[in-house]
Amino acid sequence: MKLLNLILIAIAAIRRNKFRSFLTMLGIVIGVGAVIAMLAIGNGSSASIRATISSMGTNLINIMPASQSQGGVRQSRSSSQTLDLEDVEYLQNNSTLINAISPELDSNGQIVYGSSNWPTQIYSGNQDYLLIKKYEIESGRVYSEKEIKNAAKVCLVGKTVIENIFDEGVDPIGESIRFEIIPLIIIGTLREKGDNTFGQDQDDMILAPYTTVQKRIMRQQYLRAIVVSAKSVDAIEETSAEIETLLRTSHRLTDSDEDDFEIRTQEELISNFGSISDMMLVLLGSIAAISLVVGGIGIMNIMYVSVTERTREIGLRMAMGGKGRDILRQFLLEAMLLSILGGIIGVGVGVLASTIVEAVLNWPILITLNSVVLSFLFCTLIGVFFGWYPASKAAALNPIEALRHE
Amino acid sequence: MNIAQQINKNNVILSLVDIHKYYHVGGETIKALNGINLSIKEGEFVAIMGASGSGKSTLLNILGCLDVPSMGEYQVSGTSVKELSKNQLADIRNQNIGFVFQSYNLLPRTSALENVELPLLYNPNIGSAERRERAEAALTAVGLKERMHHLSNQMSGGQQQRVAIARSIVNDPVVIFADEATGNLDTETSYEIMRLFQKLNEEGMTICSVTHEPDIATFTKRMVVFRDGFIVKDEKIHPSDIVLSQASSTSGFMD
Repeated sequence: MKLLNLILIAIAAIRRNKFRSFLTMLGIVIGVGAVIAMLAIGNGSSASIRATISSMGTNLINIMPASQSQGGVRQSRSSSQTLDLEDVEYLQNNSTLINAISPELDSNGQIVYGSSNWPTQIYSGNQDYLLIKKYEIESGRVYSEKEIKNAAKVCLVGKTVIENIFDEGVDPIGESIRFEIIPLIIIGTLREKGDNTFGQDQDDMILAPYTTVQKRIMRQQYLRAIVVSAKSVDAIEETSAEIETLLRTSHRLTDSDEDDFEIRTQEELISNFGSISDMMLVLLGSIAAISLVVGGIGIMNIMYVSVTERTREIGLRMAMGGKGRDILRQFLLEAMLLSILGGIIGVGVGVLASTIVEAVLNWPILITLNSVVLSFLFCTLIGVFFGWYPASKAAALNPIEALRHE
Repeated sequence: MNIAQQINKNNVILSLVDIHKYYHVGGETIKALNGINLSIKEGEFVAIMGASGSGKSTLLNILGCLDVPSMGEYQVSGTSVKELSKNQLADIRNQNIGFVFQSYNLLPRTSALENVELPLLYNPNIGSAERRERAEAALTAVGLKERMHHLSNQMSGGQQQRVAIARSIVNDPVVIFADEATGNLDTETSYEIMRLFQKLNEEGMTICSVTHEPDIATFTKRMVVFRDGFIVKDEKIHPSDIVLSQASSTSGFMD
């Protein structure tokens, strides 16, 4: 029997029982819809985490002092004194792979302007710091080389700080604020970056030359970190390896010594948070898959009833020359068509549901081709799997008894 | 001279030689057919009669290749069914046999045309254009040319049975088996259907009709009567009888 004829027969049978076909499909529609929506939400949050980390600088490599032990007591990282400006200079002169490098110091403190005050974080670096950490100037300018050299009392301010200490409409540029007891003149403002996925406000900060923070505020020789940008995302690993070799040489570490510094890349961060969001994805995916299986059982149930109800029709088809395998294929194809049709509608429902979630809850969503193809294949498989038993039952009927069936 | 040659010589298309059929029900053996010998020639119109349980339905199942005999030899157009597999029997039913049932057995909510096309869907050698053409021709032959696109459940019983008859002739079979084809119809419609069978028979179609109503049997040319698994009567019906029965039936209807 020709496949085309078989498809015609199956379509005709589905059309003859529109309402029942619709009910059967409903399970699959909901199942596939759930899979698409769940995967869209899972993938969306995962992509959003990745985007956040990228916005902090994908090429970013952080070099931090390793926490050290003194007499068996592990010290906090910030009290470690293994990184200094010589390291920055050494890397700058010897590395062939780094794109930009900056020392980094940061501290907490209270900002005071007139009668307003606000607790915030002061970050510091050289001119390349903005490039490496993906900060942009909204207005004004960045500090000059000369200002860095002189440890000038200048700073750039983030949006949140501006909003909290200045009245609306006041141009902060040129104003003098105090960070703790140190007066700083605002020479520029930073473009808004917004919250990152971890809920941290990236605009609640001020930025000053590292010399200013080092000499005037923190009064320390040592650096909190050295930040480096690699030439490209692909070069991160190579660059990290080079930095490690160079620093081990300059720190005169022997083979048996552990690194007295730690290199962290954004890729590691991405993979850490990636694994969390992957877990969520698997969880959501399995819940959705369960609903698909339930939908499949619905198909089996209806097909089973259908075989019983259409026993006479099966007998007739056999009397007209339909072979057992024709009947088997017909019912199998009906089940498959139902699940594929349900799958198509389900994809639409899933996309719609995802869009609604995005619009109403403001969650990030991402519909991938993979999730569509996956749920589609799963659907077809479900059709075959759950359609098989009722179809083989139909094929095994005796035509005489089937024709006599009331 | 063997059986196949005899069949060819005499235009015998269905030949039953010493057919037995046993059923096993709960350890008991029921003998439904006890040595049936019957030949049906091309162009015959046979009525198979008998009370229920006489074995006529069992015989029809065997004749229609829906069932195989427990013992004996049955040949359709010279082909013995004894050695055939289920699938081969299905092919014989598809290409050589037409069925008409008491309850029409049309697909519900399906047009007359699609119902008639059904047997041809199971024949891989027939394309969609030929299928449509033959179904239309069959519906025209049974007088339903104007109602081809009507749905089966929107038709009267007589019309539904006409669709079923169109379906039985669409594959150009060697024989049509009608199983109580008029059982669900009123007298007038029954006669209409029987006259349709007569017309088809005059055009050369071999028809074998199972019935327990004597007046329906008078439309045929030959009557085979069953009792307890045996043939008790096998005789020709004279044309004069037919005229008589039709006259009496018409007058009976007028009353």
